[in-house]
Amino acid sequence: MTCFSGPAWAVYKREVRAYITSPVAYVFMVVFLVLTAFLTFSVSNFYENNQADLRSFFMWHPWVYLILVPAAAMRLWAEERRTGTIELLLTLPITLNQAILGKFFAAWTFLAAALALTFPIVITTCYLGAPDGGAIAGGYLGSLLLSGAYLAVGMLTSAMTRNQVISFVLSVAIGFFLLIAGWPPVTGMLAHWAPLWLVDGVAAFSFMAHFDSLQRGVLDLRDLAYFVSVIVFMLFTAHVVLENRRAA
Amino acid sequence: MLEVRDLHKRFGPIHAVRGVSFKVERGEVLGFLGPNGAGKSTTMRMITGFLPPSAGTAIVNGHDIVSDTLAAKHEIGYLPENSPVYGEMTVVQFLRFVAEVRGFHGVTRDARVEHAIAQCHLEQVRLQAIETLSKGYKQRTGLAQAILHDPPVLIMDEPTDGLDPNQKQVVRAMIREMALQKVIVLSTHILEEVDAICTRVIVIAHGQIVANGTPAELKARSPSGRLEDVFHTLTIGDEPVRKVG
Ligand SMILES: Nc1ncnc2c1ncn2[C@@H]1O[C@H](COP(=O)(O)OP(=O)(O)O)[C@@H](O)[C@H]1O
Ligand SMILES: [Mg+2]
Repeated sequence: MTCFSGPAWAVYKREVRAYITSPVAYVFMVVFLVLTAFLTFSVSNFYENNQADLRSFFMWHPWVYLILVPAAAMRLWAEERRTGTIELLLTLPITLNQAILGKFFAAWTFLAAALALTFPIVITTCYLGAPDGGAIAGGYLGSLLLSGAYLAVGMLTSAMTRNQVISFVLSVAIGFFLLIAGWPPVTGMLAHWAPLWLVDGVAAFSFMAHFDSLQRGVLDLRDLAYFVSVIVFMLFTAHVVLENRRAA
Repeated sequence: MLEVRDLHKRFGPIHAVRGVSFKVERGEVLGFLGPNGAGKSTTMRMITGFLPPSAGTAIVNGHDIVSDTLAAKHEIGYLPENSPVYGEMTVVQFLRFVAEVRGFHGVTRDARVEHAIAQCHLEQVRLQAIETLSKGYKQRTGLAQAILHDPPVLIMDEPTDGLDPNQKQVVRAMIREMALQKVIVLSTHILEEVDAICTRVIVIAHGQIVANGTPAELKARSPSGRLEDVFHTLTIGDEPVRKVG
């Protein structure tokens, strides 16, 4: 990808450093790890299930990300707008695409690092039984793609405002819609009055179904394509927003 | 060389810049003078490629900022208003970042950064986080960022705004030092600054150029021979004049 050369790489490195040198990053990591552990072990009763798999671990990720990823993404552009550095950045010889991709992959690297730190749970599961390696790999891949999709949403809302709180709230709202659109209670409710194709259409739009099949270890190209499309679409929209509302 | 051709900018109903054109040659220091809200920053933001013009363009050293944006940006060093910088970075980290985006790597990058640090007298604060610096140092860090690649065209939006008199002197001396090899455009609303460093002045009011000439030529327009009086006459009506008492 020629886009991810020199200037984008410089932005990537700057943003990764901005994450790891900020105390917020450690708060984020700790909250992420404690929350997933709590939900997995206490709420889902991981030990009592007597199943050596990570379903009860991955099933919480869409909900944990719903809150935490917008918090990690909200500063990406809003902060540049608030402090005026966006003017500095976008008058350097860098294309908007390079700036967007540099920031996106930096934040995604940070989220991936948080996810990677959940490895003790894999060790625990292997110790307890013989889990399905494919399902675990699929679960991690799905979780990574899911965080990327939430992140792209957060990047878009962050591009829209100079206020990080507004970015956060908008991002949670959009994420929540994308999440519950395919949730059985919601699709069930829809099914009472909406035609089937509409119910299926809305459900196909949702994070849940695609994340679910990956979690079971089913590697379907359509699920991968779905997450990639969501990311591309959100980043493209962020591009349009930044192009049109630079000085605001 | 910098050539600005009939620039316009509309923000919805506001017509902030209305047909600004001028040329600046190497060796000139052009002062962009005008009251607040005249359109100085907006014009500079269009020349530097931050804002797309509603009409018109600027040719920066032969590159059109609208159609050949990236090449034009390579030719420009820009210090935006209030000198925005990434506060959590140290001076060195920040300058290295800018150098890398500008395409310098390894030893070349470090040499560029060191040169800029020396030019802007930033040695004492090189490892300090920018947010902890005084306004004067912060401004000079912004300037170091702008001159790091030795640009043929240097554009500065109110470079001495908010500095104390000594800091102003330092920044002005630095600008004068660089003047011979570059095209320099700086905006200001401080009249003494024009006298101190500019070889030419453009007065802008309501988004239009109302005067263009050397400081001496402008002064000659007023019987008093004072820049203040000329400025006042040219830009009058900008602020509603209120009667006191
Ligand atoms: N992003 C913007 N949206 C709407 N109006 C703007 C924007 N930026 C500047 N303006 C308006 O354009 C005019 C010129 O502003 P500016 O170029 O900042 O003036 P100066 O730098 O000379 O003080 C002002 O009336 C200002 O309110
Ligand atoms: Mg201004």
